[in-house]
Amino acid sequence: MVRFENVGLRYGLGPEILRDLNFQIPAHSFQFLTGPSGAGKTSLLRLLFLSLRPTRGLVNLFGQDISLLGKDEIADLRKRIGIVLQDFRLLDHMTTYENVALPFRVMGREESSYRREVIDLLKWVGLGDRMDALPPILSGGEKQRAAIARAVIARPMLLLADEPTGNVDPTLGRRLLRLFIELNKSGTAVIIATHDITLMDQYDARRMVLHQGRLHIYE
Amino acid sequence: MSRIGEEHGPLMDLGTDRPQVPAKARNASPIVPRGSIAGRALVAVVAIMTFLASITTGAVLLISASASEWQSEVASEITIQVKPLGGRDLDRDTQAVTEAIRGQPGIVEVQPYSREQSAQLLEPWLGTGLSLDDLPVPRVIIARVAPGTALDIIGLRQRVTQAVPSASVDDHRAWVERMRSMTSATVLAGLGILALVIMATIISVSFATRGAMAANRPIVEVLHFVGAGDRYIANRFFRHFLRLGLQGGIIGGGAAMLMFGFSESIASWFSGTPVGDQFAALLGTFSLRSSGYLAVAGQALLIAGITAWASRRTLFSTLNDIE
Repeated sequence: MVRFENVGLRYGLGPEILRDLNFQIPAHSFQFLTGPSGAGKTSLLRLLFLSLRPTRGLVNLFGQDISLLGKDEIADLRKRIGIVLQDFRLLDHMTTYENVALPFRVMGREESSYRREVIDLLKWVGLGDRMDALPPILSGGEKQRAAIARAVIARPMLLLADEPTGNVDPTLGRRLLRLFIELNKSGTAVIIATHDITLMDQYDARRMVLHQGRLHIYE
Repeated sequence: MSRIGEEHGPLMDLGTDRPQVPAKARNASPIVPRGSIAGRALVAVVAIMTFLASITTGAVLLISASASEWQSEVASEITIQVKPLGGRDLDRDTQAVTEAIRGQPGIVEVQPYSREQSAQLLEPWLGTGLSLDDLPVPRVIIARVAPGTALDIIGLRQRVTQAVPSASVDDHRAWVERMRSMTSATVLAGLGILALVIMATIISVSFATRGAMAANRPIVEVLHFVGAGDRYIANRFFRHFLRLGLQGGIIGGGAAMLMFGFSESIASWFSGTPVGDQFAALLGTFSLRSSGYLAVAGQALLIAGITAWASRRTLFSTLNDIE
């Protein structure tokens, strides 16, 4: 599903922050991406999400060499990827429901065809009574859950999550991990970037460790 | 939840905990909030630009119409002057020239000015009680040409000078040429002003679009995250700008039309007064024909279209810079 060959990344004329990355993300796989702060986890996720281009090497996503793709084709590929960012990126003028339903709206689907799915998922992540609330009045944990719900609602083929349990209590963290596992069982490849050893210990999965710009994989 | 193009059962089972689904639609918020675009300022700019463009177009149309009326009036007349010469009878010379003109094909009416009528013509400058015997004032003969006739002016000139050598014929060609140049210059100036107005509109709209895109950059990024292409995002913004352009165009064009209608009413109120007559002599009835109103309305739509086009162009170039 994802193949990186000799990928390197630098910002501007600075030092290379990711070096010689060689790995594959198989379909239906589950992995944690970890490493110390500043190791380049978020940059790697952005490479996987195609919001950054590598400065060298080959990135192949869903069987396509991304260096050959135009903006419209990249937009199409992104529809198969869900992403949860550390800063949530919710739209403040939209309700929680509308934020979560946004991927369907962008796909051009009729609201009646997905309303129940969105409400079910919001209930599952504990936001059933916050559907009509605007993000500015949500707590950090609620925003995070809304961002996760938005990322998984369309059942992407690849889910990227950057510290998805960073702002929630351990109980809710476990519940969210269960959501990711369920999603993985239904066919989505999942990559969770986290510092949380406790979270990683809860599920036996492949670990990708970034250290000094290089990636070490523990199957 | 369903993967794109596939149908799946629910990801999680909520059992009896399933919430009630409201019947009404919940997606009420626009993707791009209206308040985030400096709409009023842009509507005002487009309205002012449309108003200026409409006034320019209307004025050009009025002047062109009046000038073509003057031209047709002037071109349908010729003036013959019979200068007084020592030892000749001016009345007899005037009569001879009148007869000579009447015989010319294409002339439908000849009106020689009598001594008293000539004195009346000079009255505003020389006062009443004037005796033309003391002054070498030429006698004027006005001849009306049949509409659509190509008058043989050289033949007429020969006939007139054969009859009275001191007579001269003026077909107002110089006047007509001058009027034509003035009208062309006015139309060109109008087109120049229109071009400037349209350029200013495009620049204003481009700045407004860039401002709106900068203010909504987080929204654009989120839309990219959820897989929206540039075309989808541009269309969300484009609708706003098209609506703003139409509002501005309608306000500006409507105000200009009202102004022309009001001016027409004022001109009719003042008709018969010296000021009104002077205006009527210069600018005709100061009324825009229905085709003129149509042109102003079309121009308002054109400016709305230009607003939308400029914003679309800026949207795509700005989106290219946002990953």
